[in-house]
Amino acid sequence: MNRALSLNLALLVGIAAAFVLSLLAGKVWIPLDAWSVGDPRWPIIAELRLPRTVLAAMVGAALGLSGAAMQGYLRNPLADPGLFGVSSGAALGAVISLYFGYAAAPWLLPAFALTGAAVTMTILALLVGRSGSVILFTLAGVILSSVAGSMTALAISLAPTPFATSQIVTWLMGALTDRSWDDVMLALPLLALGCVLLAFTGRTLDALTLGESAARSMGVDPLRLQLLIVIGVALCVGASVATAGIIGFIGLIVPHLVRPFVGNRPSAVLLPSALAGALLLLVADCLVRAMPTVSELRLGIAMSMLGGPFFLFLLLRMRRGLA
Amino acid sequence: MSVLKAEGISLRLSGRTVLDAVSAAFKPGQVTAVLGPNGAGKSTLLSCLAGLHTPDEGRVMIGGRPRATLGLRDLARQIGLLPQGADVHWDVDVATLVALGRYPHRTRWGETKADRIAVASAMAATDVAQFAARPMTALSGGERARVLLARVLAGEPQWLLADEPLANLDPAHQLDTLECLRDVARSGAGVIVVLHDLNHAIRVADEVLLMCDGRIVAQGALEDVLTPQSIATTYGVSSHIGTTPDGLRFIVTTPMVR
Repeated sequence: MNRALSLNLALLVGIAAAFVLSLLAGKVWIPLDAWSVGDPRWPIIAELRLPRTVLAAMVGAALGLSGAAMQGYLRNPLADPGLFGVSSGAALGAVISLYFGYAAAPWLLPAFALTGAAVTMTILALLVGRSGSVILFTLAGVILSSVAGSMTALAISLAPTPFATSQIVTWLMGALTDRSWDDVMLALPLLALGCVLLAFTGRTLDALTLGESAARSMGVDPLRLQLLIVIGVALCVGASVATAGIIGFIGLIVPHLVRPFVGNRPSAVLLPSALAGALLLLVADCLVRAMPTVSELRLGIAMSMLGGPFFLFLLLRMRRGLA
Repeated sequence: MSVLKAEGISLRLSGRTVLDAVSAAFKPGQVTAVLGPNGAGKSTLLSCLAGLHTPDEGRVMIGGRPRATLGLRDLARQIGLLPQGADVHWDVDVATLVALGRYPHRTRWGETKADRIAVASAMAATDVAQFAARPMTALSGGERARVLLARVLAGEPQWLLADEPLANLDPAHQLDTLECLRDVARSGAGVIVVLHDLNHAIRVADEVLLMCDGRIVAQGALEDVLTPQSIATTYGVSSHIGTTPDGLRFIVTTPMVR
């Protein structure tokens, strides 16, 4: 059995185990014998933990896949789906809805976030134009994320009430707490479409290994690839941020974790990155719930605490490679 | 007979005329060396032929059809481009890299028998099969250049366009690569190669295309085109063309006496 297949199977088994663990674990530990519709603890599973668990797996998979596709597209192992501004744009949308106190209706915040993602994506596409250039794409993304970031900071500093400020700050940290089936239903079609689009980029990303000229001479259409990547990543990241807030680093870390097993070919990294992303977020979400803290540790913070040191590790390894 | 033709192509890049009404015809089964000083437009001509640039005027004809009527994939199946100093952005193994050359022939159902045969014969032709499992970063400059050439050959192009494939190679590997280009031409494909060393052109070329300032100075059989006069007008150097005792021709260039 080849290494890629065994890794994918192992990840699937891991996801199944983490899925079950995620339904059991939390402030209230629910043993398997309580898993029946009549049990008083059943609503905790059916209405709280199950949607949260499904959402964690979906968001993790979408972010992992987006990260692998972005790294392949930019041919840079330090690329992250947040790099091109869509997550900052989505966050800004959500922050605006919180700023004006629209969060009363549960669907308004995700709707604003998705609008923010779509607007950012449109501006990005307009800035880059029809050139299909990777350098323009990266620079435009960096500009957009910094503009969206500064507007988010502005919204925090001008927030009408201290309550709004605290709501915005808490939301920005990213979490899966109290998510419902509505959130799952909202995110599912968008994430699925995004993942399908990204799954189509595999062979073309492989061709891009040889650089842009060689890839174009092999019949790669750079504009079509850029469209697939932009729309695919925007759907995945936009829908993730809309339902879970900003959860960073998954897209950066996960492809690095799977490359030692499946090699560096971009298309080979895509599927295992999606699976490993789902597993990582499921496990992280179980851990933040099981932590004996007074209020639940925010998932976004937990991932950043993992991601920072990992980034440092990558940097040190690269430095060794350069020496 | 399938012929690759440039018909009066002109191209301006950033306000500068890089190609100026270039007309040239290339024949299959032959090696054509494209020669000329730096900035003469040699690489740009190759890019235009390969479809990376669309000329402002004129057109490229492939087998009697205008290039613009061919789809990206059709074009990529006919023309294989080996760009100058090609990068490899991910450290993949040699076999994986060579297999990328099959991209224009890919099907929905993954690798076919034809793909495997083409990859194997490209690796045999460039003598890289013995390190098929090695990662690209573990190769020497010469091995790397051969692997990159194998990638293009794996696409079984009717036209091989190589932009300075001998740069950074030691003399032995340069001769190996030239021999490999000759083999490709012998198999029936047309080879168009940008070279800087006139002696390499003498060793490999049937025909020579001499360029200067975006224009074609001369095109024709090697002996007719590569003369001390044409070398002096194109490169601004004096030259002496001689023959070794065993009949190999060579060129020595010296600064022009004014």
